[in-house]
Parts: sequence; structure tokens; C-alpha cells
Amino acid sequence: MAASNDLISMTLAQARDALRDGKVSSRELTGAFVSAIEAAKPLNAFITESGEQALKMADASDQRIAKGEGGALEGLPLAIKDLFCTRGTRTTAASKILGEFVPPYESTVTQNLWDAGAVMLGKTNLDEFAMGSSNETSFFGPVFNPWRANDSNANLVPGGSSGGSAAAVAADLCLAATGTDTGGSIRQPAAVTGRVGLKPTYGRCSRFGIVAFASSLDQAGPMTKTVRDAAIMLKTMASVDAKDSTSADLAVPDYEQLMEGSIKGLRVGIPKEYRIDGVPAEIDALWTRGADWLKAQGAEIVEVSLPHTKYALPTYYIVAPAEASSNLARYDGVRFGYRAADPKDITDLYERSRGEGFGAEVQRRVLIGTYVLSAGYYDAYYAKAQKLRTLIARDFTSAFDQCDVLLTPATPGPAFAIGSKTADPLEMYLNDVFTVTVNLAGLPGIAVPAGLTANGLPLGLQLIGKAFDEGTLLRAARAVEEAADFKHSPAKWWSV
Amino acid sequence: MSAPAKAKTIKGETGDWEIVIGMEVHAQVLSESKLFSGASTRFGADPNSQVSFVDAGFPGMLPVINEKCVEQAVRTGLGLKAQINMSSIFDRKNYFYPDLPQGYQISQYKNPIVGEGEVLIDLKDGETIPVGIERLHLEQDAGKSLHDQHPDSSYVDLNRSGIALMEIVTKPHMRSSEEAAAFLKKLRAIVRYLGTCDGNMDEGSMRADVNVSVCKIGGYEEFRRTGSFKTLGTRCEIKNVNSMRFIAQAVEYEARRQVDLIEGGGTVVQETRLFDSRAGETRSMRSKEEAHDYRYFPDPDLLPLELDPAWVEAIRASLPELPDEKKARFMALGLSAYDAAVLVSERETADYFEAMLAAGAEAKAAVNWLNNEYFGRLNKAGLAINDGPVSAKANADIVAMVAEGLISGKIAKDVLDIEWETRTGDPRAAIVEARGMKQVTDTGAIDAAIEAVIAANPDKVEEVKAKPKLAGWFVGQVMKQTGGKANPAAVNAALKVRLNLPDEG
Amino acid sequence: MSVDKDTVRRIARLARIAVPEARIAPMADELNGIFQWVEMLGEVDAEGVPAMTSVAAQKLKWRKDEVSDGGQADALTQNAPDSEDHFFIVPKVVE
Repeated sequence: MAASNDLISMTLAQARDALRDGKVSSRELTGAFVSAIEAAKPLNAFITESGEQALKMADASDQRIAKGEGGALEGLPLAIKDLFCTRGTRTTAASKILGEFVPPYESTVTQNLWDAGAVMLGKTNLDEFAMGSSNETSFFGPVFNPWRANDSNANLVPGGSSGGSAAAVAADLCLAATGTDTGGSIRQPAAVTGRVGLKPTYGRCSRFGIVAFASSLDQAGPMTKTVRDAAIMLKTMASVDAKDSTSADLAVPDYEQLMEGSIKGLRVGIPKEYRIDGVPAEIDALWTRGADWLKAQGAEIVEVSLPHTKYALPTYYIVAPAEASSNLARYDGVRFGYRAADPKDITDLYERSRGEGFGAEVQRRVLIGTYVLSAGYYDAYYAKAQKLRTLIARDFTSAFDQCDVLLTPATPGPAFAIGSKTADPLEMYLNDVFTVTVNLAGLPGIAVPAGLTANGLPLGLQLIGKAFDEGTLLRAARAVEEAADFKHSPAKWWSV
Repeated sequence: MSAPAKAKTIKGETGDWEIVIGMEVHAQVLSESKLFSGASTRFGADPNSQVSFVDAGFPGMLPVINEKCVEQAVRTGLGLKAQINMSSIFDRKNYFYPDLPQGYQISQYKNPIVGEGEVLIDLKDGETIPVGIERLHLEQDAGKSLHDQHPDSSYVDLNRSGIALMEIVTKPHMRSSEEAAAFLKKLRAIVRYLGTCDGNMDEGSMRADVNVSVCKIGGYEEFRRTGSFKTLGTRCEIKNVNSMRFIAQAVEYEARRQVDLIEGGGTVVQETRLFDSRAGETRSMRSKEEAHDYRYFPDPDLLPLELDPAWVEAIRASLPELPDEKKARFMALGLSAYDAAVLVSERETADYFEAMLAAGAEAKAAVNWLNNEYFGRLNKAGLAINDGPVSAKANADIVAMVAEGLISGKIAKDVLDIEWETRTGDPRAAIVEARGMKQVTDTGAIDAAIEAVIAANPDKVEEVKAKPKLAGWFVGQVMKQTGGKANPAAVNAALKVRLNLPDEG
Repeated sequence: MSVDKDTVRRIARLARIAVPEARIAPMADELNGIFQWVEMLGEVDAEGVPAMTSVAAQKLKWRKDEVSDGGQADALTQNAPDSEDHFFIVPKVVE
């Protein structure tokens, strides 16, 4: 048996091979992660740890492996964003309003993972109902980024909303994690924690059993250490699901295989509208370097235009809150979750349960959504925003006439200090400026770690693909990954 | 044959007023499972036993549409001679209520699955009147709150939550409570013929909201001419009127209330009112009046509902004969408009009648027999036609035997009574033959019976000669002798000859 | 368009969220900030552009009419703050 640190720092692919070759058991591997999670409590990456259950699952995996059976992820310990409903394990969406809700059902994505033999280590922290870009809106407290700047001991945010999953992957608390991405919630935290985050095409992963934020934008995806790991995870997470009317009726290909190969002749689009005032020079420089890496590997770089880019964020901040205001109406204190004490009538029960149960950011977005859908404002806001979405999607369609993938920055900056952007909601919303267009158009996007800032914080590049062309996207991402050769990991300051 | 609706006027202090009525009918779709979940739609189950997590609005649950419900909506639309929209959209109607677990109802707002159509309603005098259909859309039903279980609490049962409803909206084309009731009756007949709704008002499978307004004479004609609602009065919506009788009462009360209100110097406020069947009046539902703002928007969990034209055509080709067509066919057989309308108003009744025709009964005789004999017996016993003990073939046989002169009308009634009890299913063979009820017109057999009665009762022979009215006693004795199977007219004639009785007596 | 305090109260009521009086004015300010930023959509002439109704070009899935769910009143009510005999219980609703 290898040393604990060697076990937890393996990639998903390495661990898979080690298990298959009998070099390590799932119990050993899982035990190492359970200990690492125990030692990493200061990060607050998990809302619910399920170590005992994980070890049982690991033992069952070991038995299957011994019999020469086992699925694609047999015995591999994963962390699950606490937005995925897990049968028998509390699911909170990081909100007080879900209280001690224990789902009597399993989300399709997690069911796919367990069916493939994966082991669940626990449920990771997130922004409340996935509404946030810093993991600071969680009812269970903020998550700390495992990374710190080399010139400061300030605690930084891990990005959001999948901040707990991002921190868990970056701090070697799991082999890989699930995330969800509504406006950048997988790619943005992956980028600021120096890891890979893939948001698949809308409809590729089932939304069944995932607590809904904005139904037309939400999409589950993997957060991993490498591009190959993302390909492995996506293969299992994705499925055609009869329980989700918006799930795509397309067979799931072997992404690990599609990922292989050269990018010679691949046309990479550089959208000129993504050069935004106020973005640090380091980001711009990294972007240029990324284009050079791809060019060096035989790709053709073309400048393209996505003219409606600047309208994407305001469009998003109409569509997402509108859908959320309706999706969150079911949290009313009647059938599950938190109920205010001694309600004097039904309206009082609703208003206080929701007033006490939802945090400030969720309330703000529910109110925005309620307003933009209300009588007299629908056409000016919601209807207009849905037209803008059409224009934004058309921009991408035109751009993809000239290229196969797009290369952009993933975030407008590295991880920032906890509390530094909470005063102004707008400033916080701007973190999603590079990622949100992809959700509006339903396209796949991936963040790949590409370098460090001068003070040692990770930065990522984003690649955007055509709908359901995750294969090409992963191949391009692998090219960036190889060229960047990002081998950095955070110092384990949290482990005592 | 159709004529525009005739206004029923209301006398007021300031002159006559006309009533204008439109309806919104919620008809529960006949399907095994719910509109967006696989839970059962069966009526009367234990609380929350027919509820999926989708119906209960649990986190992460998603709707998946039931193809049968779509088919039933299309079938109903075709039955209403309405336009089928090949693309329609499901919207969310947002509001909070304990029996609305998602916090929104999935409905169709701007783009319903069915557009404009028409229903012909049958009035008592045999006249028919067209009522325009505005639209039909699919939506989810809500659950049920019980308020009488506990003094301070309401109990919520979601069994009904998510069951598919068709909301059928008419144009304001009805002019009297009779027409409103006739519309509902006709709509009910159509959906029952189509098999798209069981029309059971007691179980809430059909519920009507009635929009009532009043206007001065001529205002309605102006509306029909211009299409502008300006010449119509302000309407009030009367919620959940759940019987034909209540519709008439509610309309009458509400129209009178509005006339009195306007003439008293007041104005009608557009509002939702509830019909109180015990008091026979409508009253304002203030609790429902709180500034509603439903914030409709397309449900992002669903995509537009696209229909395949070939699929719609296949449904069209499979439509059964509908009440109007059946009525026309019955009238062609010689039935009056009224009789035909009564027969077709329930599909089962029409089917029963047709089964009698198929078994050899003549149409006019069959409808008379049903109207005069069988329906009365069923009503008295409180039985629906399909629960009655006498089969259509048995009734057809009885009618045929009368037509053939095999039995008299009186005996036919006796046969019906016996068949009602014994349920042999074959009165011709089983009753008449077995019990010897075949009418005897053979004068030889009658003469023999008369001789036997005379021989046994010489004293009575003398009496009848003195009092010819006692001949009835002899008829009875002869009938008894023949086991009731003699033709009474033949017995009478033979007795008169044998006893030398006068013609009048 | 600017959001005043009454508007905040109205939409909070519509959304059934009790917003403390002290939060009304700050919330109005926050919402105004966001809506002013959103106003930039007014620059775009989207006349004649169809609203996006589905993100990916897919056909709506249809389900067979079969009873495949239900019969789980225990599981349904096990998370309820208040329930009895498989009913969910709420304060009396007056119709």
C-alpha cells in the first residue's frame, strides 16, 4: 500500500488503473480520502460527510473487483455537490429552508455514478441554491479556497457556486466531484482553484433529482484534476433520461477515446468581444499564450465576433431569477423543509418560512424574478431577454461557421478575498462575464488550468464547443492542458 | 337548423335587460395516469396514496407529458369541430396555495393545444343553437384541502394534484340559464361519446365556472356584429357550479342581482363569486380577489408540444359518431327531434337503442316502448341504462312480438315485468314459450275453454244473461282456463256469440 | 423604471417572503442598481426576433399512459413539518 498522500493525489484515471491492477483496494483509497476530509474541516468544503457509508460502498466495490466485475468507476471515491438529491442522505442546497430534508429518491446523475461503482464521500458545500460566484451565500458558511496567494495569508473564495466541489478536488479530498453550472458555477470555481471543470451541452446530463435553480440554464458536469478525468466522469454522468423532458435523445459516446488525437487543422475562434476593459493584463496575456499553444500544435487561430456578448449578463440576470422565482415557490414549509414557528395563518406560514429560510441573495433573486414576470413588466424584461438569448445563440452559430471551438478566459481574475465583493451584488455578478454566454446558448464549455498569477494564484482558460461536440472540446482542452503543463497544487495549510 | 340564441329578457325598473353567458368548463381527462407523472388517477383512494414526488413538488422533480392526455385533448378538440394547434406551449401559472405544491400550475396560456370550435346545443322545443368555443387547453388539477377535520388546521391531500384537466372556454354565446344548462349537457355528452372525460359531476370530473353579464336590449346583437365587448356589461365569474340545476339557479340569481345593482345606481365589479347552493345565491369570494398576478411564463422544464399531422389525422379517423350525427340519423328513421335528442344525450342510451334496432325492433316502436315503459322502470329503480336488468335484445324481442301481433301491449308489459325479475335475456323463448304466454287466437281452443267454463258455472250463465255487464267475469275465467294466453279480444267476441249477448254491454 | 418601497412590498408579498421593514429601502436600492444595469438591453432592437423556447433543438419526450408511481404516502410525508394520517397539515385556510 502506498502512502496516504500518494493515494489521494492520484488522478481519477490513475486510481482507476491502480484499482484494476490490484495495486490498491477501494477501501484503502476511500479510507485515505475519509481521513483527508476529516483533516480538512477548516476548508468547510463538505456540508455532509458520509465516511461510514463510503467505506461500505468501497468494500462492496472491492468484492466486485475481486470477482472480476465492476463498472467504469468501480471503487472510485467522489464528492457530490449538495444540490444533487441522494436517497437517504440529507440534501440541503446549502439553504436553511430545506432543513433536514432527506430525499426518498436519487438524482439520475448520481444514480449513474453509483451504478458504475463509484463511492460517495459526502455532499459538498455550495452557494445557497447555487446562487453565487464565491460560495459565500451558503447557510453552512463560506468555503475557503485551498489556494492562498504567496504574499498573503488571507482566506480566498473558491469561486461558486460549486465552491465546495472545487475546493475538494483542489485539496485532494476526492478523486473528482460533481458540479452544476447555471452561469459558470462549474467553470469559474474550477478556474480559480486550478482544476478542470466541464459544463456539458444543455440536455447532455439529466436534471432529474437536481435541486433546480434556473431550469433552462442548469446543467450538471464534472470537476476533476485532469481533462481525461473529466472525459471519464462525463461518460458516466451523461445519459438519455426519460424522466427529464429536456434530456437529449443522443447516445453517449466514449469521450476518453474522442479526447485523444491531434488538434492539427482544428480552427480555434478568438471572440474579440471577450476583450473587456478592466480585466487584468495577466488574464489577457494568458489568453494570448493559450492561442499560441494551440497554434503551435497545428490549430488555426481565427478571430470571430460574438456581437451580443455584452448583453449576456443582464439577459442572464433576468432569465435566471425569473425561473428561480418560480422554481423556488415549492419551498413553502408545507411538505418538507423549514417551517416558521407558530404561524398565525397560511400566509404567515409562507411569508415567514420563506423570509427566515432563504438567505439574502436568494431573496434578492426571487424578488428580481417575481418583478420581471409581473404584470406590465413581462414584455420589457422576460420576453426581451428570451429574444436576446436567441440573438446570443445566433452569434455562436455564426461563429461556429468559421471555427470548431472558441478560446476565451475563464474568469475576469483570480480568486478574491472572502468578503471583498459581498457588498455590491453587481460586482459579484460580473465574475460570470466569460461563462454565462455559454449557458444562455446551451453550449458545452470547459475551464482548464493554464497558469498562475504573479502572486501564485491559479488562472484558467475556457474553451467553448458546438452543441453535443464535447469530444472535440475535450481534445482541444487536452491540448491546452499539455501545453500549460500545470502541475501546481496548493500548500496544505489547513491540515494540522 | 341552427338559429342564433334568443335572449331571455329580464324586466327591470328602467326597461328590459338581456343576459349574456359564457362558460369555462374543467373536464378531467380520462387517463390511467396523471398529466406529468405516473401516479394513478383513480377516484377515492387513501390520502396521498396516488402521488408521485413530481405531483408533490419535491426538489429536483421534473414533468414528463402523458401522451394519452395529449391524444384526449386532440380528440376532444376534433369533437368540438375545433382547430388543432400543431404547436402549443405549456406555461406556469404562479400562485401560492396549500393544494398547489409546486407553487405554480402547469397550464397553457397564450398557445393552447385547441383553438376555436363550435357546439350545437339542443333546446326543449327541438331547436338547436350554435355556441362558439374559444379554446381548449391542458392543465394540471390541484390537490384538495379538507377544512372540516380540525378546528384550526386544514388537511391537504394531493391525490388529485397533477391529474390532467381540459379547460374548455366558450364565447359569450348563451342567453339564458336554459341555454347554459343545455350547453353543459351537450358538452358532457360529447366528451362521453369521445371517451375523453367521464362527465361525472358528483366526483368533480366536470366543473363549470359561469360568466354572467347583463346588457340593455340590443347590446348583444351589437357585440355579435362588431366583435367588440363594449356593448356588453361587466361580467362576474361564478366558480365551481357543479350541477346542471345549480347552473340555472346561479345564472338567474346573478343576472337579477346585476340588474338590481345597476338600476339602483351601482356598478357591477368584475369579480369571482361563489354559488351557495343552500341559500340559492351567489356571493363575492373576497379571499380570491387579492391582487392576482400569475406571472405566466413558458415552463422551462418542458419543450413546445409539437403534434404530428398524421397522428392527428389518425385520431380524426377514429372518432366515433357524435351526438349531432347520431341524432340526425335517428331523425331519418322517423324519430322526432325531441326523442332523438333525448336518446343521444347519453351515449349508453343511444347505444342501447341502437342495440334494440340491431335486434330487429322498429325505431319508432322501440323509442315509444323505452319512453313509455322501460325508462320509467329504470328511473323508479334508480338504475342507469347499463345497470338495468333487461337487455336491449330482450326489449327488442318484446317490441317485435307486439309488432308481430304475437302478444298484446298489456301482456308485453307483463313480459317486461317478468323479464325484469328473471333476467332470462330471451323473453321470446324463455318466457312466452315456457310459461305458455303465447297469445291464443285459435278459436277452437278458445271455444273449448268457453264450453268448460259454462259447464262448470250454469248459475253464472243465467246471471250474465240478465246482467250482460257480468260478461267480464267470463272473460277472466276463460283467460284463466287458457293460462292467460288467449287473445282477450277473441275471447270477448266468442263469448258474445255463445251467450247471445248484445253488442253494447 | 425605478423600484420604490411599495413595489418591493408588493413583489415581496407576491413572492410570499417576509422582508423586514428595515430591509425594504436597501432592497429597493439594490434592485434599482440591478435594473438600471439591465436597462442596457433597451439598446438592442429585437423586433421580430423569436423568443428562445428551447435551448437545444430537441423534441419533447412523451410518456406512455401507465401507472408507474404513487403508493408511497409514508415516503411522501416523512419530511413534512406537520402531518397526520398521511395528510399534510397547514393552518386553517379560509375560502
